[in-house]
Amino acid sequence: MANYFIKRILTMIPTLIIISMLVFIIIQLPPGDYLESMIAELESQGESVDPQQIQFLRQEYGLDKPIWQQYFVWITGFVQGDLGYSFEYNLPVAEVVGDKMWLTILVSFFTIILTWLIAFPIGMYSATHPYSWSDYSLTFLGFLGLATPNFLLALVMLYLANQYFGTSIGGLMDSEYIDQPWSWGKFKSVLEHLWIPVIVIGTSGTAGMIRRLRANLLDELRKPYVVTARAKGMGEFKLLTKYPLRLSLNFFIADIGSLLPSVISGAEVVAVVLSLPTTGPILLAALQSQDMYLAGSFLMFLAILTVVGVLVSDIALAMLDPRIRLQGGIKK
Amino acid sequence: MNKHWVSDQPFNPYACDELTPSQEKYFLASQWTLIWWKFKKHKVAMFSGFFLLAIYLVAFFAEFFAPYALETRHTQKIYSPPQQVHIFDNGELSRPFVYGWTYQLNMEILLREYQEDKSKKYPVQFFCKGDDYQLFGAISASSHLICVDQPGTLFLLGTDRLGHDMLSRILYGARISLTIGLIGIILSFTLGLTLGGLAGFYGGWIDSSVQRATEIIRSFPELPLWMALSALLPLSWSPLWIFFGITLILAMMDWTGLARAVRAKILTLREEDYTSAAILMGATPARVIKKHMLPSFFSHLIASASLSIPAMILGETALSFLGLGLRPPITSWGVLLNEAQNINNVAIYPWLMMPVVPVILVILAFNFLGDGLRDAADPYTD
Repeated sequence: MANYFIKRILTMIPTLIIISMLVFIIIQLPPGDYLESMIAELESQGESVDPQQIQFLRQEYGLDKPIWQQYFVWITGFVQGDLGYSFEYNLPVAEVVGDKMWLTILVSFFTIILTWLIAFPIGMYSATHPYSWSDYSLTFLGFLGLATPNFLLALVMLYLANQYFGTSIGGLMDSEYIDQPWSWGKFKSVLEHLWIPVIVIGTSGTAGMIRRLRANLLDELRKPYVVTARAKGMGEFKLLTKYPLRLSLNFFIADIGSLLPSVISGAEVVAVVLSLPTTGPILLAALQSQDMYLAGSFLMFLAILTVVGVLVSDIALAMLDPRIRLQGGIKK
Repeated sequence: MNKHWVSDQPFNPYACDELTPSQEKYFLASQWTLIWWKFKKHKVAMFSGFFLLAIYLVAFFAEFFAPYALETRHTQKIYSPPQQVHIFDNGELSRPFVYGWTYQLNMEILLREYQEDKSKKYPVQFFCKGDDYQLFGAISASSHLICVDQPGTLFLLGTDRLGHDMLSRILYGARISLTIGLIGIILSFTLGLTLGGLAGFYGGWIDSSVQRATEIIRSFPELPLWMALSALLPLSWSPLWIFFGITLILAMMDWTGLARAVRAKILTLREEDYTSAAILMGATPARVIKKHMLPSFFSHLIASASLSIPAMILGETALSFLGLGLRPPITSWGVLLNEAQNINNVAIYPWLMMPVVPVILVILAFNFLGDGLRDAADPYTD
């Protein structure tokens, strides 16, 4: 187990290094840098720009160095917790990111929990009652969830909640709690606002999961050992829970790996529509204004979040399933 | 003397081995015929296939099917709600017609109000002359499927901020949104097939580098990466180049799943006797893959491709919705929905949300079609 654990963490490091390089290339690629767009903006407003000041800023931020040096400055800072400086906000990136990263993690976490809670019973029901009317209608609902763009669902929910409950569901907390330290009231307010984004982001993932669980469980239920157990007179409930369900539980955990990137993707768009104080709107703005350190740090954080999520699911899977744990441990 | 009944018909000991005509037909059918037969049984998938075919046809001839040309603006009819087509005239059945459409600005709440002017009637005509257009950019024509005489208007889905007819824009938008899916899938199919094939066939360092690349791409959350990459496209590019850029970005992220599937298949097929035989007889790798391996899993590939087209269409829609994807004057469903971003618009002008209906229908149809294809892809199991 320890072997597997260490091996898995070691393979994660080169992945993260390559990802960080990619992120840096992506944020460096647009022609020009933030200072140039700032100069252009100042000049268009008729203000003169002091070339010495520009030169100073350029040196200060290391923008005059070759690109690989800039990368090293950025990545060593990143590892030490110094995320660079946001030109747009005139603040260290760490301060801009601050709470937002935690709120993104919170929203993603609850979304995955909800996805499981809904997908598990429905998928089980569909698999044990295949080709029945209820199965067909649940499948159709699942497809519909898959097909609806979730930003649109967010808009409609926003509208409906406003119309029928009279509540404003934009944001993640009531306005009086914004920028306040965490308290019980703030926590409750966040929980009250959380359910809309969680439902909206969760729909497509839930639909996919129901369909995969149904397919997997259905395959499992057709296997000879299930037929044998039934022939021996085992009760239907025990028959289902003893082995087939445990096998499909495996896949539930393995699926975090594919669920997490899609949840985070969904969260970004939905956050823009619902104006959630998560990473979505800021990432969008940072990308549009070439605020490179801010955009880069966000991208990097989201990638790390995914990689770590996959790691956790792999380790949980290895603990559950000896076949994976022993992989590579046995010589052929 | 035996008591039980014995048939006096001549006894044929080979009756079990002889095939009825229908069985014979089944056993002699080629793989693709079997796939077609199995696919035909999946009614929903068949229907979805026809629906998609029809939609692509409409998108191809959008100029003809749209009541108005793309640029036609009705400056006097801004934010008009959908007009109703009547078939009852004073309680009597008549040919479909619309009433006159009058516009008034309510100065108290500053809202545009539209009303039917019952004194004027404009019958809906088919195959009539309307706005001029260039079909495929070459043939001048002015026939439209439906229109009404001037000065009557036919806004079946209302008009937008600039007085464009929504239905016409949705039909023109279909062209862009649907081709993005097709071109994207062709690109990602080629990439996935080549890289997955190489990785599976040669193994070694090629395999491990392709594996690593797919792992890295898959560990990125898709949308933020799409957002970052499409923010890279220079603003000075022409809309057409932006279109190709976005398609390329969508395809670059999509090929990994296909590459993994191809690799896994080729890894198992490489162990088959007939593959070894072909290699020993001196067939080139390209021939072995194309002639001996591909046919056994090509149907699976088509099925999985049809399941990833909707992801691309949704991706384009989401990007354009955020303002990072396609931009006007190119019209796609995402660009149209970008205008519905504002909650006020949704509340006051709900018909601006109409482009989402074709999005959902097309995605649903592709999913059902892919489902049917996947079931039919392996015609030899039950």
